[in-house]
Amino acid sequence: MKKPILASLALIILAGGAWAADDDKAIQALVDQYISTGYQQGEKQHSERLKQDETLKTCSETRNKPSDDQAKTIMEREKATIKYPEGNKMLGNWEKGKEVFNTGFGMRVGVIAPDKADKPRGGNCYACHTADPKEVAAGNIGNSLTGYIKVRGNSEEVVKYTYEKIFNSQSYVACSNMPRFGHNGVLSPEQIADLVAFLVDPASPVNK
Amino acid sequence: MKKLLLPGLLMSSLALTAVYAAEEPNADAYREMTYGDRDANPALLVVDRGEELFKEKRGPKNVSMEECDFGLGKGVVKGVYAELPRYFQDTDRVQDLESRMITCMTTIQGFDEAELKKKTYANEKSNEDNTDLEAIAVYIASQSDGMKINPPTAHPKEQEIIKVGEALFYHRTGPLDFSCASCHGADKKRIRLQNLGNFSKAGHDAQKAIGGWPTYRVSHAAVRTMQHRIWDCEGQMRLPDTEYGAPLSVALIAYLTAQAKDGAYVLPGMSR
Amino acid sequence: MASVKLKAKALEGGLVEVKALMTHPMETGLRKDSAGELVPAHYITEVVVTANDKEVLKTNWGGSVSKNPYLAFNYKGAVGDKVKLTWKDNKDATDSAELTVE
Ligand code: HEC
Ligand code: HEC
Repeated sequence: MKKPILASLALIILAGGAWAADDDKAIQALVDQYISTGYQQGEKQHSERLKQDETLKTCSETRNKPSDDQAKTIMEREKATIKYPEGNKMLGNWEKGKEVFNTGFGMRVGVIAPDKADKPRGGNCYACHTADPKEVAAGNIGNSLTGYIKVRGNSEEVVKYTYEKIFNSQSYVACSNMPRFGHNGVLSPEQIADLVAFLVDPASPVNK
Repeated sequence: MKKLLLPGLLMSSLALTAVYAAEEPNADAYREMTYGDRDANPALLVVDRGEELFKEKRGPKNVSMEECDFGLGKGVVKGVYAELPRYFQDTDRVQDLESRMITCMTTIQGFDEAELKKKTYANEKSNEDNTDLEAIAVYIASQSDGMKINPPTAHPKEQEIIKVGEALFYHRTGPLDFSCASCHGADKKRIRLQNLGNFSKAGHDAQKAIGGWPTYRVSHAAVRTMQHRIWDCEGQMRLPDTEYGAPLSVALIAYLTAQAKDGAYVLPGMSR
Repeated sequence: MASVKLKAKALEGGLVEVKALMTHPMETGLRKDSAGELVPAHYITEVVVTANDKEVLKTNWGGSVSKNPYLAFNYKGAVGDKVKLTWKDNKDATDSAELTVE
């Protein structure tokens, strides 16, 4: 009676191999299932926010380390989404931009009261960046933006780069940790133009 | 009246209460300070209340939670939190402390699940006292004070949920494109002045974080549990409210706890 | 449910260390609720601690003390002392806890 035992052993080994190959898929299926049951439902909850676009799908799967090809695809796709302000005025008012840079209000859903319609949203950029050296409560996930034009200058190119970077950070760095503020509708093109001014205007405290 | 000795000591304890109310003290210095006198942790009051609730015969079936099995056998509370999340045969899934509590309160005590989940957390903006769920959770967890963080990983479902939790940790979505890794994916990062642990690697940061929860959050004047912390961070990601004890939150907690393995529980915790 | 968690232990040098946590909302009277209405002040105004019925500490508090306050002090005493803490608040509520020093 040795034979059947051997046969079943072989079967187990085969099954083990197949399981390893399907592992990622099985885990991903559970991820999707858990997300669909993991949040409360209802009008105030905005479950459409749980839908991933292609870019974030790639970033999640690669743990933010896309291959060169994937990165190229992402940057091209994201660049194409950029919308510019009325009359292409990418340089706004730095004093308004200062406010947008600082405030973190907006986009809350669920039991925490959703946005009041009359209160403008902010970018909460200090969460991740230093900028005005007087603001000490600044995070360090992003690089320092203090003295922004000292290194980069304030040419038209720099203005355009800065606008595009804030509108869609992934148009320059695939899987950037920085939110795509314009693309995701968090900030308006005009608010972004004000932020650009805050960073590139020589009169702004960022450049003092 | 006997002469009051060392009035300085009294003064310093009052000064301490003043510091509690102040804004954003450095988290590490804060922990050191409060851990200097663990008796000063108001969570201890909530632990006592939780113990009463735990032992009391409650619910439509009028039984106490001592009838519940948290993994080490019916009625065992000591050390159970140190070995959660774990796989439970009766529910055929991996559960953390709080989802297990819901199982027991519905099946053994007869509470209605939807009713229980209607009010899971005290609202700090209204200066509310901790909910019964929070009190019971911190009582059970505190019975693992001083123990090693030791979640079991032998069962295939335990291994599986840790992997799912890891994938969820990197899952980016929402209007800010965040995943947990956006904030907790690198060493020595801060959001504004708040230190963020790096939970993408096993060891120190995860051990310190997991080992100190449930915690008395001074800024909330209330005890908070891991389910609340996940809900809070998901809110920072601008995502919908998490469903209390659902597999999503349990998977994240299972992953974080696995990253914290071999750390120590210092419970109840106290933090900013 | 008891609102006071009281601990006392004898130290070297003839001292007793008393520690107490009190469950209390400590409303300042300056906080607004979600409807924008001021929440009435509600805080402990007085804490008295006695040892063998003799007062060893009396303190007056106001709204600036944090929720669920903590109090710690030493007095000259010994094992066997009966320590009692009583608080009173601005709504005339009161509670106390008592123990024998070990
Ligand atoms: C979650 C963190 C985060 C937030 C919030 C954030 N950023 Fe960034 N930002 C980054 C990171 C990380 C980088 C560097 C990597 C990259 O270029 O994508 C960066 C890069 C930048 C750059 C390019 C800097 C350079 O050296 O070329 C600019 C400009 C910038 N951010 C502006 C902003 C502004 C304005 C806001 C607020 C509207 C903001 N960021 C909010 C993380 C963040
Ligand atoms: C936008 C940034 C951000 C994101 C994204 C985020 N967190 Fe957090 N997290 C924080 C902040 C801020 C704290 C509070 C740190 C403090 O109190 O010092 C925190 C605290 C925590 C803690 C407690 C740490 C401790 O030491 O007490 C845990 C655990 C945690 N987060 C887990 C998660 C998980 C899991 C996710 C994903 C679901 C997540 N976070 C996503 C910002 C974030």
